[in-house]
Amino acid sequence: MEETLPADTTRRRFVNWWLGTTAGAFLVSVLYPLTRYLIPPPVAESTAASVTLPFKADDVKPNTGQIFKFGNRPAILVRTASGELKAFSAVCTHLNCTVQYRTDLGHIWCACHNGHFDLNGQNIAGPPPRPLDGFVVNVRGSQIVVSKNA
Amino acid sequence: MKSTEPGRGRLWTWLDERTGLGDVERLARHKRVPVHRHGFWYYFGGMTLFLFMVQVITGILLLLYYRPSAEEAYESVQFLMAEVQFGWLIRSIHSWSANLMIFALFVHLFSVLLLKAYRPPREVTWLSGVGLLGLALGFGFTGYLLPWNELAFFATKVGTEITGAVPVMGGFLLRLLRGGPDVTGATLTRFYGIHVAILPAIATGLMGLHLYLVQRHGMSVPPSVEHAGGPARTMPFIPNFLLRDIVGWLTALAALAALAAFFPTELGRKADPFAPAPIGIKPEWYFMFMFQTLKYLPAHILGIEGEVVGILGFGLAGALLLLLPFLDRRTARGQRSSLVTWIGAGMIVYVLVLTYLGYTASATK
Repeated sequence: MEETLPADTTRRRFVNWWLGTTAGAFLVSVLYPLTRYLIPPPVAESTAASVTLPFKADDVKPNTGQIFKFGNRPAILVRTASGELKAFSAVCTHLNCTVQYRTDLGHIWCACHNGHFDLNGQNIAGPPPRPLDGFVVNVRGSQIVVSKNA
Repeated sequence: MKSTEPGRGRLWTWLDERTGLGDVERLARHKRVPVHRHGFWYYFGGMTLFLFMVQVITGILLLLYYRPSAEEAYESVQFLMAEVQFGWLIRSIHSWSANLMIFALFVHLFSVLLLKAYRPPREVTWLSGVGLLGLALGFGFTGYLLPWNELAFFATKVGTEITGAVPVMGGFLLRLLRGGPDVTGATLTRFYGIHVAILPAIATGLMGLHLYLVQRHGMSVPPSVEHAGGPARTMPFIPNFLLRDIVGWLTALAALAALAAFFPTELGRKADPFAPAPIGIKPEWYFMFMFQTLKYLPAHILGIEGEVVGILGFGLAGALLLLLPFLDRRTARGQRSSLVTWIGAGMIVYVLVLTYLGYTASATK
């Protein structure tokens, strides 16, 4: 088109563009810090690769389990009916509940949604989609040391 | 200056000239409610509003003693229940009224759904109503954690973990909600802020919109009544309908007092992040049907984790519910829409059956 737009139309478009950009920039400058504020800063995760348990090996009777702290997450120590010590993460792989040892069943169970794990941490029944993470158990004298799989 | 209206005092006239009191009065006098055989269901919106007001008042009272931290929350509620005069009453009423409010809200929702009151021009009223349902569930979910007891702790772990299953945004939402990767004191502080400030602010605005739209459009008359020639008569809102409302509200208040006195809310054991989840752990009853569904889903469905399928399913159902006025074109055109009626009835049956199973199926089987 030969004809140029009337001066006031181009001026109007410029002002609209200017106002729109300013409003957009203003919104971003408000929303960005707000969003960042709402996301909590990362807390240093415990990097400890092993933990010495606060109870003695003899205190854990066969066919029982006990929860202990591994870093800032719960873990479970189980002494099987045959006397073997095993340790797993106690965080259910389904929805994050803390599992427990069921003496009557002889395996690990989660109360929240009825999930079952065998004594190798394998998910054997119910909704859990993955096995529990296993830990390595070492007994030094009467002390129990649990460490992450190398 | 205007002369005093006949029958009105000078104060009334003074206020009217400055605030438009007369307009409000004319509006109130103008409002009429249709009388027909489905009129009973009109009372549940007002009932929900009344119970919400009870929540506001008792909630403010609870704030005077509650301390929102993992170290003090449980103890402050214990103190409230054991030492503060009538502390047990205020907390029990808050808890019972929350439950009755959600119940009234569900009745209101399903009656509006089955009577097709969402049809034009009331689509925005429906949208704001479904939004308020979401807020009410948010109130329930965040409030449940505040006493920091064992049941609430694990219910919150599960409930927030579910947001982690949302595709793409999951991890972000999870951290946003928990205030960190795990449920800790940071989660409690955050839920407290959401429960007493953020949700009330949003709810006030949305409720204002909802009530404004109800005033603007008046009460919806069900299609079946309209086809039969419309309601035979109407009654004035003030005083006839309001007085009937008040009868319901006073009955609800009496029921609340009785429930609080005979079944005071328990506190349970203090949350211990390093104890196993207790046997018989359960969420509030209005989440029970979802909780029970998650129990029945297998670990994997078509290669996707069962819980993700369940959560996406409920998300989809919620979206369909929200968009119902735009999906149900038959009702919008003034035709019968039996399909929506059957789906609505099916939803009610599903919720009832799964809730029943949630309370009766063995927790340890």
